[in-house]
Amino acid sequence: MSAQLPGPVMVAAGCGGTGRELEAYAGPAGLVGLDLVTRSITLDARAGGAGPRIAEVPGGLVNAVGLPNPGLDHFLATELPWLVRAGVRVLVSIAGATMGEYADLARRLSSAPGVAGLEVNVGAPDDVGTGLFEVREPFHAASVVAAVRREFPTDRPVLAKLRPDVSRIVEGARSCHEAGATAVVVGNAVPAAFPDGRSGGLSGPAVAPIALRCVAEVHRALPGVPVIGCGGVRDLRSANAYLDAGAVAVQVGTALLHDPTTVSRLRADLAPTDRLMEDA
Amino acid sequence: MTEVRGAVHVEGEVVATKRIGAFRHLTLTAPGVPERFRAGTFVAVTVADHVARRALWVHRVRASSAYGPTLDVVVEARGSGTQWLTAQPVGARIAITGPLGRPFALPKEPVACLLVGEGYAAAPLFPLAERLRERGCQVSLVVSAPDEAHLLSALEARRSARSVTVLTADGSVGVRGRVTDALDDLVARSDADIVYAAGPTPVLAAAASAAERSGAWSQVAVEAPTPCGTGLCHGCPLPVVGEDGVDRVVRACTEGPVVRGDRVRWDALPDALGQAR
Repeated sequence: MSAQLPGPVMVAAGCGGTGRELEAYAGPAGLVGLDLVTRSITLDARAGGAGPRIAEVPGGLVNAVGLPNPGLDHFLATELPWLVRAGVRVLVSIAGATMGEYADLARRLSSAPGVAGLEVNVGAPDDVGTGLFEVREPFHAASVVAAVRREFPTDRPVLAKLRPDVSRIVEGARSCHEAGATAVVVGNAVPAAFPDGRSGGLSGPAVAPIALRCVAEVHRALPGVPVIGCGGVRDLRSANAYLDAGAVAVQVGTALLHDPTTVSRLRADLAPTDRLMEDA
Repeated sequence: MTEVRGAVHVEGEVVATKRIGAFRHLTLTAPGVPERFRAGTFVAVTVADHVARRALWVHRVRASSAYGPTLDVVVEARGSGTQWLTAQPVGARIAITGPLGRPFALPKEPVACLLVGEGYAAAPLFPLAERLRERGCQVSLVVSAPDEAHLLSALEARRSARSVTVLTADGSVGVRGRVTDALDDLVARSDADIVYAAGPTPVLAAAASAAERSGAWSQVAVEAPTPCGTGLCHGCPLPVVGEDGVDRVVRACTEGPVVRGDRVRWDALPDALGQAR
């Protein structure tokens, strides 16, 4: 069984709005063929956290947005059909409070027309993922991935998005890959604090060297595991740093908030190539 | 002619800069933005060495000038980003995205309208007044500020407005007083069918409730810190109640910035904006 991996440029979860907002900045080709990871979708709607949800710090942003989303039903009824009509390759990021919720999400998304793949959010900074299944232990993250994989067709990719925690990233990547993840996304907001001490996650150029180190470690230790780099990708140079370190693709996140045309420019710069990967 | 819609991301240029009181007025070229502008929409600009962008209200749009179409924005230097902006000289190039968000809804009939604004955030009321006058609406404009330095001049608006009222908290110009205290009276005197408000949250809340009491509609331009301005980050929560009566949190930049005053959950707004009560 093989699942085609997205890339080489993707929109990172939580940084593409509902996807529609990117259309104005996509150029004449529109959103056709764009690999977009949605913001994390949960079974029930989530309002998200109180403000300020985002604070600016040198080199990046600290966020505690709190996974606002309309819930699976609303997403399937309104957002997904629009994206599919626009030609977007939709990878749905999923987050759940229990293993059962992850499995439910995966099962229902497996039969939704147009879902190109899933990304399992197993790397939200601790407090930001309040109410989510505890996945800090690689074993737990792998259990979630296995539960999702069981419910989702093997010809479509399931990505596991891990936190760039250097001390445990190799272990996390190995566990998730063994549990059936087609690829691991290495890089997510790094646990951090707002200037007032509240917990959040740091993203943007400031985290790029950390995520790059994690990507390199995973690639070195597990050369057979496809790795997608994420963190501070904003131009060809920052994207190439990940690709040179062994990543098969990159995700663009915070840079889109700074310049919404980033992903279209990078897509043009990095001409896509087909990558057929053997699924585990 | 088909109206042009949607936002563009372009490189603009500062063609004029002028300090008036506590504010800096910048005139910018931004190819495609003035043509698409509708009163109440805003622009997001990139400031050097900052990841987040700065959202700016549009004070005026010129369809043609020596530089082609231009737009005027009003900036109050409040932090490092706005300080950088106010220091930009003529000729400086700035990445501009816009127009963003939903504009003020305009009445189909020539009704009486009260426009209430405070500080630099009153800016979008000026192009609104022009549109309303073109539709034959009777426009009463109220501009207010803590003091004269923070007041947007209403001199030019006298062409579009039937009456202009100026209020300052310290009485340095116009009537001494706070607009929040004067709203019921202003709504009654203008016999307004629609109240439009732009400014800090207390002004918007007072305008919405005064409109509600007198049976008028209200449209408020909510100023929330918008990290991206484009709807991508979900960082500007705006608590509202939907048409179906269900409480929701929408994005101030995309589902707003202009919303119906009776749809905002005013009690939940300070928390959403991260403001101390």
